[in-house]
Amino acid sequence: MPDAPLLELVGITRRFPGVLANDDIDFAITPGEIHALLGENGAGKSTLMKIIAGLLAPDEGEIRWRGRPVTIRSPIAARDLGIGMVHQHFALFEGLSVAENIALSLPKAVPGTALTGRLNAVAEQYGLKLDPDAHVFELSAGEKQRIEIVRTLLQEPKLLILDEPTSVLTPGETEQLFDTLRRLAADDTAIVFISHKLQEVRLLCDQATILRGGRVVAECRPADVDAEQIAELMLGDRPPATERQDRQAGATILKVKDLELARSGGAKPLVVGELSLRAGEIVGVAGVAGNGQEALYRTLSGEDLAARPDCITYNDKPIGRSGPNARRAAGIAFLPEERLGHAAVPNFTLTDNALLSNLIDRRLHRRGWIFRGRLSRRAQDISDGHDVRHSGIDQLASGLSGGNLQKFVVGRELDKQPACLIIDQPTWGVDPGAATRIRDELQRLAGNGAAILVISQDLDELIGLCDQLAVLHDGVLSPTRPVQDWTIHALGLAMTGAEPTAPAEAEPAPMRALP
Amino acid sequence: MSGLFEFLISDLLTVSFAVAVIGAATPLLLAATGELIVERSGVLNLGVEGMMLAGALAGFAASQELSYAVGIPAAALAGALLALIFAFFSQTLLTNQVATGLALTIFGIGITKLIGEPYTGTPLEPMAPLFSESLQQIPVIGPIVFGHDPFVYLSIVGILGTWYFLFRTRAGLILRAVGEDHSSAHALGCHVVRIRYAAILAGGAFAGLGGAYMSMVKTPQWNEGMTAGSGWIALALIVFATWRPMRLWLGAYLFGALLVLQLRIQGTGVSVGVTYFLTMVPYLATIVVLVIMSWDKVALRRHAPASIGKIFKPAS
Repeated sequence: MPDAPLLELVGITRRFPGVLANDDIDFAITPGEIHALLGENGAGKSTLMKIIAGLLAPDEGEIRWRGRPVTIRSPIAARDLGIGMVHQHFALFEGLSVAENIALSLPKAVPGTALTGRLNAVAEQYGLKLDPDAHVFELSAGEKQRIEIVRTLLQEPKLLILDEPTSVLTPGETEQLFDTLRRLAADDTAIVFISHKLQEVRLLCDQATILRGGRVVAECRPADVDAEQIAELMLGDRPPATERQDRQAGATILKVKDLELARSGGAKPLVVGELSLRAGEIVGVAGVAGNGQEALYRTLSGEDLAARPDCITYNDKPIGRSGPNARRAAGIAFLPEERLGHAAVPNFTLTDNALLSNLIDRRLHRRGWIFRGRLSRRAQDISDGHDVRHSGIDQLASGLSGGNLQKFVVGRELDKQPACLIIDQPTWGVDPGAATRIRDELQRLAGNGAAILVISQDLDELIGLCDQLAVLHDGVLSPTRPVQDWTIHALGLAMTGAEPTAPAEAEPAPMRALP
Repeated sequence: MSGLFEFLISDLLTVSFAVAVIGAATPLLLAATGELIVERSGVLNLGVEGMMLAGALAGFAASQELSYAVGIPAAALAGALLALIFAFFSQTLLTNQVATGLALTIFGIGITKLIGEPYTGTPLEPMAPLFSESLQQIPVIGPIVFGHDPFVYLSIVGILGTWYFLFRTRAGLILRAVGEDHSSAHALGCHVVRIRYAAILAGGAFAGLGGAYMSMVKTPQWNEGMTAGSGWIALALIVFATWRPMRLWLGAYLFGALLVLQLRIQGTGVSVGVTYFLTMVPYLATIVVLVIMSWDKVALRRHAPASIGKIFKPAS
């Protein structure tokens, strides 16, 4: 007979303006169970966990702790119940030592020696090696995560929530973490493991709940079902959101070949075997966040240089070791993911921001003097042409809404009529109206014969927009294939890094799919 | 030049030189101790010079009118009062700290000149050493260890206490956490603004004491602008010490020695150029230390408070 659940969620519903983040979710976990919560970005995993951790209140539904209904009003209330959460982004003081960081998170002062004793005890018990005197900034992401875990474990939680814990870890560190989690589970700690990575879930978890669009779509024992079925359930069927326009692909404009680039934070290097952008074609790069998108963008934009000039060629000219402005001068335009702080300077006016990616434009400045009039006109033209709503072009970039600023920076690049555009997350965090407009503009640019690379985590967007698709996983870019040749099934496998399952030796165990 | 050389060997290793160094270093040590607390909490207060002057005048006036026992706390209070102005502007009204600190120095110079006018040139009995005559008679150790006024001992207790507070108490840890990353500290439930107010006030009190040493002990009289740039040396000293209390202590005596050397060499009648050079040395040394520090990013990251000078604005 299975144990009585430690935590039970019944009919949890949570709405945000315009979104139903959690829709009637049931969930249960027993002591000693490692339970995976699977789903794409925006499937509602984070909302659900925030509800458990006391950061959000549910609109409807009941939370039961050891069979008794409870209301979790704050993170402290969650901690008092015995719920600990290890966040994806570490809230650590980089300049302080490990021991100091841990001491700060404890509610009361603990003498240094006693703290070291407790640290060592936890470290020994669960294989979490830490040097208490090391400073946090000197540590790897895996070690930083260990601090977070130790910090949480010192509160002796009964339920431990880990939000994508392996996204920052090297394979060796991941194995260590799994070892720790298994030991914790053996001591009857219940663990919720949030992840995209099916292989890991199959290796570690006893049980899995799959969310899509805020609903539970399936529950299963991950070890018994094959990864492909899970991937399909995670992604669902997708009708294209945007009508793809017909265009004719022309000559290859930008070509990347045999590129390899080290990434920071212990991640595997970025590897691009071959990638070609042809005139009049949109190539999409799909992938889960943190798999090398930023490194790919930075090598293409020239912020990070390739090892050899001929790793990247533009119209057959090697540009692998040219800086951003040299590449702009050649006719390529770039737009990074981060609007404020990368694409635009937050405390500059729109006018000044208009100049920043146009420093090679001799019409806007000469011999160090800026033509203010022409620059203002440029900023005004960008705003007028791309429906940017603001109180004037002298407004600060930080004062615009995400959608309006994105329309502005997209417009800034499009107005150059580039022959080639590299764009990272074109509609991330942008309202639907602005997103549609931006996608239409990209299609129009491609229709006029430009080669475009779109890096995005939004599959609907990529399928609707692109002619060719490649997948970035763990730093490795797959070969491109025409979008119609990709099945959702294949995309899911490539994005989650599931190895193609061997021809079925036995029938996979049936999965309890929910209506 | 041979005169200079003779002077160096005949004078440098004497007891009187050591005593003079301690005397010259004490105001620097006091002011820098206070500013160290302020900077460790993530605030840059460039008003040290102004706060020292306020302390110098208040200490002098209260000692002359009442007694030394009143003069010392009055000096600390005056420094803290000026610091309160800075705290209100920088922490409550969220003004730029560099500009506010500079304004505070200018304000301090002006207001002490105005209020201190009647005291200019009036006499004050020098403060007696803290320990008895017989203890001071002990050769070498006597004058170096027991021969000083209360300020010297206060400065040593101050820097040792600051070290203990910062690195051995939970409150000190929280203060450093606030200086390291105010947003994370806020998320942990620390009262960032309140902690910084307290640090700024403590810094002002220490600066006031440093200033009072100059008007009550070093040259027992009041002159406008009499701290003559000590506040700026104290600020340089903190960077020189890379925000570490023990190095700060050593550094203060090193800078003090340079100041004494400069005066004595002036006395020997060597060329003006040498004197000017010695005046520059504390600042040059600070620049050299800055350059060396920037080679060692790890050490810098370990000791420099990361959110220094940044404005903290809690969300909603």
